Amino acid sequence: MTDQIVLNHVTKSFTTKELGTVVAVNDFNLTVKKGECFAFLGPSGCGKTTTLRMIAGFEDLTEGQIYLGDKLVSDSKKNIYIPPEKRELGMVFQAFAVWPHMNIFDNVAFPLKVKKVPKAEIKERVTKALHYTSLDGLEKTFPSDLSGGQQQRIALARAIVVNPDVMLLDEPLSNLDPHLRETMRFEIKRLQKEFGFTIIFVTHDQAEAMAISDRMLVMDMGNVQQIGTPSELYNKPINKFVHSFLGQSNFTKVVIKDGKAYAKGHMDQTIAVDGNVPEENGEMILATRPNTIDINRESGYKTRIIKRTFKTDFVEYLVAIGDDTVLIQTPHRNLFKSGEECYIRVHNPAWYPPEDEEAEKERERRNVV
Amino acid sequence: MFKKAQNKDFLALEGKRSGISLDNAMIIFSYIALTFVVIIPVFMIIYYTFWDGTKIDFEMFKTVLFQPENLGALKNTAIIGVVTTLLAAVIGVFFAWLLGRSDIPLKGLMRFLFSIPFMIPPFLAAMSWDMMFSGRGGYVNNFLMSLFHLAEAPFNVNSLFGIIVIEVVYYFPFVYMQVVSALERMDPTLEESARIAGASQLYVITHITLPLTIPAISSGMLLVLITSLSNYGIPSLLGFSKNIFTLPTMIVELMNRAEGSFVGIRQAACLSVILVVVVAIALLIQRIVLNVGRYDIIKGKSMRPMLIKLRGAKYPLLIFSLFFLALVVIAPLVMILCISFIKAYGLPITLENFTLAHYQRIFAGSNVMVTSAIKNSLFLGFSAGLICLFLGTMLAYVIYKVKPKGSVVLEMMAVLPYSLPGTVMAIGCILAWSGKIAGINLYNTIWIILVAYIARYLSYVLKSSSAALQQVHPSLEEAARSCGASHLESLKDITLPLIKPAMLSGFFLVFLPCMRELTTSVLLYGPKSRTLGVMIYSLRVNGMIPSAAALSVLTITIIIIMNNLVNYITKDRRK
Repeated sequence: MTDQIVLNHVTKSFTTKELGTVVAVNDFNLTVKKGECFAFLGPSGCGKTTTLRMIAGFEDLTEGQIYLGDKLVSDSKKNIYIPPEKRELGMVFQAFAVWPHMNIFDNVAFPLKVKKVPKAEIKERVTKALHYTSLDGLEKTFPSDLSGGQQQRIALARAIVVNPDVMLLDEPLSNLDPHLRETMRFEIKRLQKEFGFTIIFVTHDQAEAMAISDRMLVMDMGNVQQIGTPSELYNKPINKFVHSFLGQSNFTKVVIKDGKAYAKGHMDQTIAVDGNVPEENGEMILATRPNTIDINRESGYKTRIIKRTFKTDFVEYLVAIGDDTVLIQTPHRNLFKSGEECYIRVHNPAWYPPEDEEAEKERERRNVV
Repeated sequence: MFKKAQNKDFLALEGKRSGISLDNAMIIFSYIALTFVVIIPVFMIIYYTFWDGTKIDFEMFKTVLFQPENLGALKNTAIIGVVTTLLAAVIGVFFAWLLGRSDIPLKGLMRFLFSIPFMIPPFLAAMSWDMMFSGRGGYVNNFLMSLFHLAEAPFNVNSLFGIIVIEVVYYFPFVYMQVVSALERMDPTLEESARIAGASQLYVITHITLPLTIPAISSGMLLVLITSLSNYGIPSLLGFSKNIFTLPTMIVELMNRAEGSFVGIRQAACLSVILVVVVAIALLIQRIVLNVGRYDIIKGKSMRPMLIKLRGAKYPLLIFSLFFLALVVIAPLVMILCISFIKAYGLPITLENFTLAHYQRIFAGSNVMVTSAIKNSLFLGFSAGLICLFLGTMLAYVIYKVKPKGSVVLEMMAVLPYSLPGTVMAIGCILAWSGKIAGINLYNTIWIILVAYIARYLSYVLKSSSAALQQVHPSLEEAARSCGASHLESLKDITLPLIKPAMLSGFFLVFLPCMRELTTSVLLYGPKSRTLGVMIYSLRVNGMIPSAAALSVLTITIIIIMNNLVNYITKDRRK
C-alpha cells in the first residue's frame, strides 16, 4: 500500500483575546495508507476537527507540511497552500451542508458543473451516485422535503460523484438518530469498498470510531495520545486519558510496596491482582474496566457491595477499594445483595503514574472557550 | 341552588366574576381603541376622496391623479424609490460581505459607524448635506471651488440626483443589517462544501452565498423602498427650493395651499390614496419578483466562518470603506456641529467666528418656541411611549394568548399604520379629529399629534411584546391559576414580569422615533404644539440655520443617550 495522506510536524496555534495563545494542534505526525479508514477520536476542542480542516485546506498551518498522495498541499515554511477547491477531496460535514436552494440533482451535480464536465456525463454520473446512495428518483426534490438521513445521503452522493481518492468525514453521523447512525456507518463502509477511497473520520463517539476504522488515534488538548488499531487502543491504552476515553474505566489510587498493591491509606490488605504489578515502590493509579474484575464469596480483596443495579444484560455492583469505588459488571448469576460481604480479584489491569495537576489546569483553561 | 353555585365557581375560574370577563373586556377595549386610532382616520381619507358632500364622486380622484404637477410628483417618487432601493442594495450587500466574510481590519469600528444612521433623523442628515453640498454656498462646494478654481459648484444636492444619493447613504444600512446578520447565522459549511467540491471563491459567492442571502436582501430592500416612498424629510429639505416634489411633499403642499377649504383637503386626501396605492403596488411587486422561500441556513455547530483573505485588495478596500463611512456618517455630524457654533451661516469656519450664543439661547429659554418644542417632544415621547406600551402589550396578549375569533382582524388593524406613510396617517387624523366626528376637535392641539404617534408606533410595541409573549408557555400561567391565583393575578404576577424587558425596550422603540419625528408633526402642529422636528425645520426654513444646527445637536445627543440607555438596560437584563 502507498501513503495517501502524510502530516509532518503539523502545528496550529491561535491567539485570542480571552485565552492568549492556544496550541490547538501540537506537532502532529501521521501517515495514512491508501484505502485505509482512519478515525480521529477525542473530546470536543481537542484539535481533531482543526486537523481535518488543515488537511482540507480551510486552515493555514503554523508549522509543518501536509502531503496528499505525492503532492505537497500545505507547507508553512514555503508558504504553499493549495486552496480547498484544488485538493480534489470529498468531504461530508456534520450539518450535511446540503444547499437548500438547489434540488437534489443540482446539489450532487455541483462539483461536476464546476469542473465543466459535459452535460450528458453529468447526468450519468449523478444518476449513478444517487443510485449508490439509494436516492433514486429524488432528483427533482428539494432538501427541505427530505429527512436527516436522506440529506446525509445527498452529502455523501455529492462527495463520491467526483470519485475522490480521499474522503474527509467531519462527525457525519452525530446529527442522526442512533438507529440511522448504525445504518449509515455500514453504508459508508460499503461505499468505501465500492470506490476504494481513503477515509479520515472525525468523531467524539468512541463506539463509532472503533466500529468503523481500520486504525485510529486519540487526541487530547492538541496532542496525539496514541495511534493504533481499535483493539490495540482498547486493550493497551498508553495512558489514563486513552483508557478513560475508550470504554468505561475504574481508576483507583494505590500504593505499591514490594511488588504488592495496597489501596492508598489502607495498608492492611493487598489488592488481589492476576497479572503483573509494577516493581518500583510508590503511588500509582490502578486502571480497570468493569468486566475485568471478578467478584466471588471465597477469596481476594475483601470488601462490601455498596449498591446493586440491574441492567438489561448484566448486573452492576458498586464496590469500595480503600477510599475509591469501582464498578463491576457480571452476568446475572450468583447474585450478591446490597451490603453483602464479597471478595474481588483484578485481571490484567493497567498502571499509570498519579495525576498531573498541570494538565488538569490546562484542560480547564481550554474549556472556557 | 347547588347547581347555580357550581356554575358560579366555574365562572370565577374563567375570571367571569362580575358578568364580563377580563379577557372579554380586553377584547372589547382593543376594538374600541383601534377603531378610534386607526380605522376612523383611514376611513375618513377614503370618505373624503370619494364623497363630494352629496354623492359618490370619482371625478376628483381622476383630476388629482392627472394633474401634471401630481403626475410629476408621482414620477419623482417612483424614480427616487426604485433607484434608491437598487443602489442601497448594492452598497449594503457589498459592506455586509466585506464585514461578514472577509478579513478586513477594524470591523468593530465599522459596525459602530453603520449603526449611527439609524439614530439620526433623516431630515437632519439632509440638512447637513445641504450645508455641505448645496448648489449655492455649500461649505464643501465652496472649499472645492476655491481649491480647484472652479467657476461652478461641483456638486448640487438640491436635485433629484442629490435626493437619491442622500437617501441611499442613509438607507443602505437597512440592507446591510439584514444581510450581515444572515451571513453571520449562515452555516459556514454550506460555503466550505462548495469549495471542497471544486468551486473558486468567486463562484461560491455568486452561486451559494448570494442565493442563500436573497431572502435577507429582499427584506432589506423592501424596508428601503417603503421608507423611501413615504419619506418626507429628505425630499422636502432638498427639493423644495428647486420645486422638486414627491408624493409626500406634494400632499403637505396641497394641505398648506388648501387653508381649510373642503376642495383643497379633498385633493390632499386623493393624493394620499394615490401614495398608499403606490406603496401597496411596491409591496406586491416585491412579493411577486422575489417570491423565494425562506431557507433554513442556520444549522450545525457554530463555527467561525472562514474569513476570505483579501490579500492585496485589503488596504485599498479598507481605505475606501473608511473614507466612504467618514463621508456618509461622520462628515454630516461634524458639519452640523460646526455650524451650531458659528456666528452666522455662510461665514467661514474659523475660530474668529466661533460662538456659543445659539446654545446659550436654547438653555436660557430665551426663545419660547424652542423651549416649548423641547417640552412638547419630551411629553409626546413619554406619553406615546407609555400608552403604546400598555395598549400594544394588551393587544399582543389578546391576539396571541386570548386568541378570540377575528384576532387576525385585530392584528391587521394594529399593523396597518406601519405600512402607511406618516403623511397619510396625519391627513387621516386631521380629517377625523377636526370636529367632524362627535364634535371632537383636536386640531392645532398637541393631542392630535399624540393620537397620530400612537397609531404610527403602536405596532412596534405589539411586535416586541408578542415576540416575548410567545416565549411564555401557557403552562406558566396555568400553574399560577392552579395555585389559586385569579386570572388578573396570574397576569400581573407571572406573565407581565416575564415580558417586562420586552415591554421596556418597546417603550424606547416608540420614544426614540417620537423624538425625531417630522413627517406627521409637520402637518399636525399648531402654534403651541411645535415638536423638535418641526422647530428645527422651521428655524432652517426661516434662515436661522446655526440655531437649527444647535437644536439638532441637542436632539441627536438626547437620542444617543437614550439609545445607549436602552442597550445598557437590555444587556443587563440578559445576564
